[in-house]
Amino acid sequence: MEVIQYVTIASVLIAFLAIIVKVIKYATAPESMRWELYPVPHEKGRSEYGGSYFEELDWWTKPRHSDMFNEMKEMASEIIFLKGVLHNNKRVWRFSFPFHFGLYLCIGWLFLLLLGGIMDAVGVGVSADAGVFGLVVHYLTVISGYAGLILTGIGAFGLFVWRVTDSNQRPYNSFAEYFNLLFIDAVVVLALITHLGSDPGFAYLRGYVAAILSFEPAVIPGTLFGIEVVLMSLLIMYIPLSRMSHFVAKYFLYHAVRWHDEPNVRGSKIEKRLTELLGKKISWSAEHMHPGKTWGEAVQEKENEQ
Amino acid sequence: MSNKNIKVKDLGKKTDRVYNLDVKELPKLPYPYEDWEDPEVPPVKDIKAEGKDLSLDGILNVVVPIPESEEKKEELVAKFLEGVRKLLTVENNWTFLKPFMLSMENCVKCNTCSEACPVYEMSGGAEIYRPLFRSDVLRRIIKKYISPGGKLTAPFTGSNIDLNWETVARLAQLAYRCNLCRRCAQTCPMGVDNGLIAREIRKLFSQEMGIAPAELHTDGTIKQLTTGSSTGVSPVALMDLFEFMEEDITDRTGLNIKVPFDKSGADILLIHNAGEFLSWPENIEAFAIIFELAGVSWTLSSEMVGYDSVNYGLFYDDAQYAKVTLKHAEVAKKLGVKKVVMGECGHAHKAVMAIGDRIWLGESNIPRESCLATLEDLVMNEKIMVDPERNDFPITLHDPCNVVRSMGVVEPQRRILRKIAPKFREMTPHGVHNYCCGGGSGFAIMQSNNFPNWRFLLPGRKKFIQILNAFEKEEYEPGVNKYVCAPCSNCKGQIRDLLEYYDAWEKAGLLYGGLVELIVNCMTDVREGFVEWEFH
Repeated sequence: MEVIQYVTIASVLIAFLAIIVKVIKYATAPESMRWELYPVPHEKGRSEYGGSYFEELDWWTKPRHSDMFNEMKEMASEIIFLKGVLHNNKRVWRFSFPFHFGLYLCIGWLFLLLLGGIMDAVGVGVSADAGVFGLVVHYLTVISGYAGLILTGIGAFGLFVWRVTDSNQRPYNSFAEYFNLLFIDAVVVLALITHLGSDPGFAYLRGYVAAILSFEPAVIPGTLFGIEVVLMSLLIMYIPLSRMSHFVAKYFLYHAVRWHDEPNVRGSKIEKRLTELLGKKISWSAEHMHPGKTWGEAVQEKENEQ
Repeated sequence: MSNKNIKVKDLGKKTDRVYNLDVKELPKLPYPYEDWEDPEVPPVKDIKAEGKDLSLDGILNVVVPIPESEEKKEELVAKFLEGVRKLLTVENNWTFLKPFMLSMENCVKCNTCSEACPVYEMSGGAEIYRPLFRSDVLRRIIKKYISPGGKLTAPFTGSNIDLNWETVARLAQLAYRCNLCRRCAQTCPMGVDNGLIAREIRKLFSQEMGIAPAELHTDGTIKQLTTGSSTGVSPVALMDLFEFMEEDITDRTGLNIKVPFDKSGADILLIHNAGEFLSWPENIEAFAIIFELAGVSWTLSSEMVGYDSVNYGLFYDDAQYAKVTLKHAEVAKKLGVKKVVMGECGHAHKAVMAIGDRIWLGESNIPRESCLATLEDLVMNEKIMVDPERNDFPITLHDPCNVVRSMGVVEPQRRILRKIAPKFREMTPHGVHNYCCGGGSGFAIMQSNNFPNWRFLLPGRKKFIQILNAFEKEEYEPGVNKYVCAPCSNCKGQIRDLLEYYDAWEKAGLLYGGLVELIVNCMTDVREGFVEWEFH
C-alpha cells in the first residue's frame, strides 16, 4: 500500500477512537443532581407548553407516560434543521444550516464511497453503466458528494465571514474557530477542483477506498488528488479531536441533563449510585465543608455559628 | 474603558473600574412611565468600600477583601486555582460534574445566549454582563492554567487572560451578576448552561475560599441551621407569630382557625418560606383557611429548619444546600406524613423536589408535591367554593423560574386563575419562556449597599416592563387597582421592592401578592375583602 493509504487508515482509526473516548468520558461521568430544563419533549400531553409530571396531584402514585415519538421528532428537527438555532439566532442559522446539512451529506457520501469500495473490491461495478444497484450507488454518491461539498463549503465560508465581521462575536473567537472553518473550506475547494477536473464520478476515490479495503496499492491519478486525500483524511481525524465534535456532547447535554427527569425511587439504581457517591471524600478547604470527611458525613455535621 | 468594548482579558487589568453602569443607556419604560428618569446608582460609601474590591462595576453584594501584600495576592490566586481544579474532580464535584463539564467543553461561541439574558439586554448590551463573557473567563483560565501545556497552546485556543488577584475578585463579583434564571440555557442550541457555570463559580468561591454574600451564607444557611430559620425566627418566636396570625384570621374573616403543628401521621406537611411569616402573614393565613375549610389533613412543623423551606444553598454551595434539605427530609420522616407540600416559594420547590430528588434517599424519600398541584385539586374539584366575581380586577401572573423553567409546573396555577379571576391575562412571554423577576438566585434578599439599585435597574427592569405591558392603557386610569400574582416568596419580595422603587402603587395602581390570597378572596365561606388594597 502507498504511504497516504496508511495516513487515511490511521486518521479514520484515530477519529473513531477519539469519538469512543469522548462518549465513554461523558457516559461514565457520575450521576449528578437533577438539572432539567423545560420544555421536555417526552412529557406526554405537556411538552407543548413545557409542563411536567410535577403538575399532577400525588404524581408518584401515577404511571408516567413518556412520549418517545415526540422526543424523536424533536431530536430529528434539532439534528436536521437545527431548530434551536432557527428560532433563537436566525443570523447564524443562514450559514449553520447549510454547513451542517452539507456535512450530513458528506458523511453519507463517505459511506457510499465505502459501500462502492466494497462493491469494487468484490467485483461488483459501480458506474452509470452498471447494473441497477451499482447505478443507484453511483448516482447517490455523485449527488451527495457534490451537494454535500458545496453546502458545507458555502456554510463554512458564511460562518467564517460572520465570525470575522460580527463585532459582538469577534472577541470570543479563538484562532481555532477560524482555522476549523478555513480548514474545512480548503478541503472542500480542493475536492471540488480535483473531482470536477479529473474524477467527476468519484471513481478514483472509490478505487482508493477499494484499494485500502483489499490492502492493495491505490492508483493516485495526480498530485492534487493525493493532497486532497491526505487533507481529507486529516480532517476526518481532526474533527473528533476538536470542538467540532460537539455532536457527541450535544446528545449528553440533552439526554443526560436537559431532558433527564427520571425520578429517583427507593431501591432504584439511581439511589444506589448516589449512595456510593456520598462515600467520596471531600477536600474542599472552607471550614463549613469539613475537609477529610465524606460527603455523607460532612452534610450531617452540626453547623457552627460563624 | 468603553462599556461595550471590554474584552475578557480586561478582567485582569489594573483599573479602578472595569464597567460603569450608566442609567442613560437603559431602555425606556413603557406607559405610564415614558418620562421616568432613573437616578444614578449611588456609590458604595467609602467606609464600606474600605478594603473591599469593587472594581468590576462598583456594585457590592459579595465581598472580596483586597489582599494586603504581594504574598497574599499570590495566595488568593493559588487558592482560587485549587478550587477550579476541585470543580473538575469526581470526589469534590460529582454533584454537578457532568453538566458542568459538558457546558465548559462544548460552547460553540455563537452568542445566542446573549439575546435571552435580561441583564445583558437591559444594560444596553454591556459586555461584562454577556452570559458568555463570564463563562469564557473561567474557560480561558482552565485552558491556560489547568490544562497540560495550556500556556503554550493559549494563542491557538484563544486563552488570552492573565490570572491575577483582580481577575479572581472580579470573577467572584461577576458570578453574582447572574440570576441563574437559565433563560440563556434554554435558547442555547447546544444546551450549554451559563447559569450553571455561574453557580459553579459561586460554589468554588464558597467551598474553597469561604467567600459568599453574607445574606446567603452567614445570615442565610448558617443562621437557618443554627437558629431554625434564615429569618432568625426561632421555634419559640414561631409560636408567637402564629398566635398573632390566628387572631388576624379571625379579624379578617370571622373564622376561628387553629393552625396544626407537629401532627404525626398527617397527610401533608406544609413548609413555608419563613420570609412570609414576617412580611406576608396573609399568605400563611390563606393557606390555613383553604386547608382547614377543605378538610385537608395537614400540619406544620415547629422543629428547627422544619418550618422554613428556604434553602439558599441552592444558589451557591452544595454542602450547605444538602444540610438544609436533609433537615427537611428528617422532619418529614419523623412526623410520618404522607407527603410534603411546598408553599409558595420557587427555589424551595426546586431544592426539595427536583434537586432534592437526588438527596432524599432511602427511608427519607418522602413524596414531595407543589402546592400549586394541591391547590388546583381543591379549587377545580370544588373542595372549596369560590365566587370569581370577587376577583373582578385586572390580574397578571409572574412565573417563578424555579417552578416553571426548572420544574415544568406551568398549568395548575393558570387553571386556578382562569377559574377564579375573570380579568386574568398573561405577560409576554410567559410560562417556561418567562423572564426572571430580577430577584432570582438570592438577589431579592440582598438589601444592602447599592446592590438593590442594580437589581431594579437591570434584571428587575425587564420584569417591570413586562408587568406594565400586561395591562391596557385605560386600566392605568386612577382608581383601577391591578394585581401582580407572584406565587413565590422571593419573587414577591423583588416585585414589592420594584413597585416601591418605581412608586408603582401610587403612580400606576399596581399591587402584588400570592395566589392563595386570591383564592381566599373569592371563597364564598369567607368574608369578602381578604385582599387589602394597601401597599406593604
